[in-house]
Amino acid sequence: MEFFHSVNIDWMGKAKYFVTLSLILLAVGWISILRNHGMRYGIDFRGGTLVYVRFAGKPPINDIRKGLEQAGLKNSTIQGISDTHDVASQNDVVIGLEQGSSDETLDAGKQKILDVLHKTFGTDTSGRPDFNAVTPSALTADLTEKDPLSLKTNAGDRYKELAASLTSARDSGHEGIITNFNELANVPGVTPAVLQTLASDYALSNFTVRDAEIVGPKVGAQLRRQALLATLYALAGMLVYIAFRFEWVYGAAAVIAVFHDVLITLGFFSLFHYEISLTVIAALLTLVGYSMNDTIVIFDRVREDIRLMRRDKFPDIVNKAINQTLSRTILTSGLTFLTVLVLYLLGGEVLRAFSFAMVVGVVVGTYSSFGIAAPIVVLWNKYHPSQGQGATVRAGSAAEKRVPAAARR
Amino acid sequence: MSSQLRWKFIFIVGVLLFCVYGVIGVPDFPTSVRTLKDNLINRIKLGLDLKGGSHLVLQVQVEEAIGQRCDEAVDELTKQVREKNLLSATGEINRVDDTHILVRNLNPETSGTFRDIVSNQFTDWSMAPAAGETNGYLLTMKPSVISDLRTDTMNQALETITRRINALGLAEPTIAFTGRGNDEILVQLPGEGDPTRAKSVIQAGGQLELQLLADDQTYPSEAAALAAHNGVLPVGTMVVPGRSENSTAADQSDVYYILDRAPIVTGQDLRGATPQPSTNYPGQYEVDFELSTAAAARFGPFTESNIGHKMAIVLDHKVYTAPVINGRIDDRGEIEGNFSEDSAKDLALVLRAGALPASIKYLEERTVGPSLGADSIREGVRASIGSIIVVMIFLVIYYRLSGVNAVVALFLNLVILVAFMAYAGAVLTLPGIAGVILTIGMGVDSNVLVFERIREELRAGKANAPAVDIGFDRAFLTIIDTHVTTLVSCAFLFLFGTGPVRGFAVTLVIGLIANLFTSIYVSRAIFDLHLSRMERQAELSI
Repeated sequence: MEFFHSVNIDWMGKAKYFVTLSLILLAVGWISILRNHGMRYGIDFRGGTLVYVRFAGKPPINDIRKGLEQAGLKNSTIQGISDTHDVASQNDVVIGLEQGSSDETLDAGKQKILDVLHKTFGTDTSGRPDFNAVTPSALTADLTEKDPLSLKTNAGDRYKELAASLTSARDSGHEGIITNFNELANVPGVTPAVLQTLASDYALSNFTVRDAEIVGPKVGAQLRRQALLATLYALAGMLVYIAFRFEWVYGAAAVIAVFHDVLITLGFFSLFHYEISLTVIAALLTLVGYSMNDTIVIFDRVREDIRLMRRDKFPDIVNKAINQTLSRTILTSGLTFLTVLVLYLLGGEVLRAFSFAMVVGVVVGTYSSFGIAAPIVVLWNKYHPSQGQGATVRAGSAAEKRVPAAARR
Repeated sequence: MSSQLRWKFIFIVGVLLFCVYGVIGVPDFPTSVRTLKDNLINRIKLGLDLKGGSHLVLQVQVEEAIGQRCDEAVDELTKQVREKNLLSATGEINRVDDTHILVRNLNPETSGTFRDIVSNQFTDWSMAPAAGETNGYLLTMKPSVISDLRTDTMNQALETITRRINALGLAEPTIAFTGRGNDEILVQLPGEGDPTRAKSVIQAGGQLELQLLADDQTYPSEAAALAAHNGVLPVGTMVVPGRSENSTAADQSDVYYILDRAPIVTGQDLRGATPQPSTNYPGQYEVDFELSTAAAARFGPFTESNIGHKMAIVLDHKVYTAPVINGRIDDRGEIEGNFSEDSAKDLALVLRAGALPASIKYLEERTVGPSLGADSIREGVRASIGSIIVVMIFLVIYYRLSGVNAVVALFLNLVILVAFMAYAGAVLTLPGIAGVILTIGMGVDSNVLVFERIREELRAGKANAPAVDIGFDRAFLTIIDTHVTTLVSCAFLFLFGTGPVRGFAVTLVIGLIANLFTSIYVSRAIFDLHLSRMERQAELSI
């Protein structure tokens, strides 16, 4: 099976269209960023409080909002999540809080939010802890003390196991929320006495905290700076390596191209209202690696073809190199695109922003290799013709010289 | 099969066995499906973002420890200078900031004695005449002392926090220095969806001191305490707030004590501490402590000679009780303070673990609930496996038998990646999964590069063997370039990145190295085996 056979496209002749397309994409994305007053940063980079809550039923968002306002949490945001692939996520809500005053203890915001929720939903705690928030270790301690199975000796290990199966039944079987202790009756090792102990020791709220993030204000700025620096250093490292292996203009072109990819992806992030978090940084780094890979494959072929086509013009050589590797480019990009698309559709809400960056990045990264990086090298060669052609390219690795004469047909 | 090729395969199978063993054969060789599953779960360590748990970043207020050292020096210097009467009537010794002490208006005739005291006994300080003072000196803490103090404080904080967390008995906590400044500590508690208790235990001061009351009196305010001594505290004493003995729920107002500055016993002298139901206040709890032998040898004679006086039990600079010493006490005491059972338990734990050298501040707190973690794993794994299968099927359709070769290489790549992460004890996080995806992408790419090249050579009319030869040779150069470029960037990400960025880099480096091995060495060996078995003229399935 084969998709492409001896294609002959004048890529460099179309370079101005690619550049125009890139400029449009950049403009659209960055106008959106400006209109939104900068990038939307996730809690990692912004600092603040984020509590991700799942409710047993449809969450009464207005009641929650009212409760938060009454508690004096004016800068709060409430956002519903609806993930089409996860029915339970329809009952999910993310409550955000801007950075509090600096002398407040870090988790004050989180505590206030939880208090509001307990109050709004009238959880009858009467001093008892919430079973939907209990950790295995705390549950083990409680069960061991109450000893509902009358084990006496070796009780610790048995109850540790029981607590683990109870909490895992809650978390995997019931989406994290138990509304009635009888739901746990089928858990192995549970007896009516155990259920009775649970019912007398624990209250049941109708929500559970799935995820809470609190980041101090200084940390956010530091993390942002550090992620940026690490990325810039990595790009510089790549530039030096490519310049060493090829020529500096190839290194510069490759780095400009991946920079362009990152900028466009950031623009798309703003357009689709995704936030930049640390995980997204990992996705951006992945797309940098991916786009760089793509560009090097083409450059490698250019380097090889220069030796074979000494009399041809440089743009023709680049065209040929792109055409020769086109089959591979389409195949690899297609498969990677497929992979990240599956991840985007099925990967769940945690991976959503991450895989969105990848979906955009794979497309942009593939196209920038022949649409941006290659034209830059060609343009450079037009004004510095002595540099690009044949002999001056520093190819000379051992592997290159080993290529049998037959290859030069 | 030529003997060279045979050795290649023996090597490949060896690597494969080593890797498979690394993933499922440790610690015990699996004899049942259950142990196999247990081994698998134990070996692949998941990060908190996938497993659920708490992640805390805290900052040790190192400056406090430095400031405290400065305070101690001021106290000691004041004591010596007053004893020898070296100050003039307007003379004073003041702390300027955490690392500077200003001494003003010394007696001119005894300033030599002062200099001797400083240079002989205050070796941590350097001394210079103070600008704008006639008989004044500025003492500066030596930079080497400051940096030692920082290191010691951080090490002691880490040790103390580790002991406290370990005493909570949680599963596999991580406590380590972390990133940005030199003053941050990372605490990770896998599986703990609620860090409240751990936080209160970490944050508790736990600084216990037993100090003698200077005048056996209590005062309603600090001013009253001063006034009782005509506005000047006796030498070597301090005012400390405390809980009133007869405080009620309604009346929580503090009382003040004047205490001898030097403690008789500190937290470091403790051998043990246990929570007990209170004997004096039914329903309440107290913490009983036991002193080390060395401390008991001091404490016994001290209490004997101070019978009838009051002794304050001071916790975190607050007096909890100030009982009258009724007789000789050797090695036991109790802290009463309206404790509940849990708070008594935690206080005992904190006392046993020792005091923090400086207070701490939380910078970051993340909690991933176990249900979200479970969802992430389920969905992430499902999506990854799904997409890998799609890719593999496509490779087989597109490249036929050679596609099978690519699938074998890709599969081996993943096994090696997982095995090396297991051997290295690396943790798989969400960004790590990003690294895995890029690894798969580059693995597929390496195979596609080689195959496309072989196809090209075949189209140009080459025979099978030379086409495979050239295909691998030419693609080798490209693959090395792409991989080394990415490895270079990983090195920078690892050096300059924090947590998640590093996780990405580590996974990717392992994946890339595995990929070089599988897509060049293994794939080539399989091709060679196939070529050695097929007819010279037969068509290569690619």
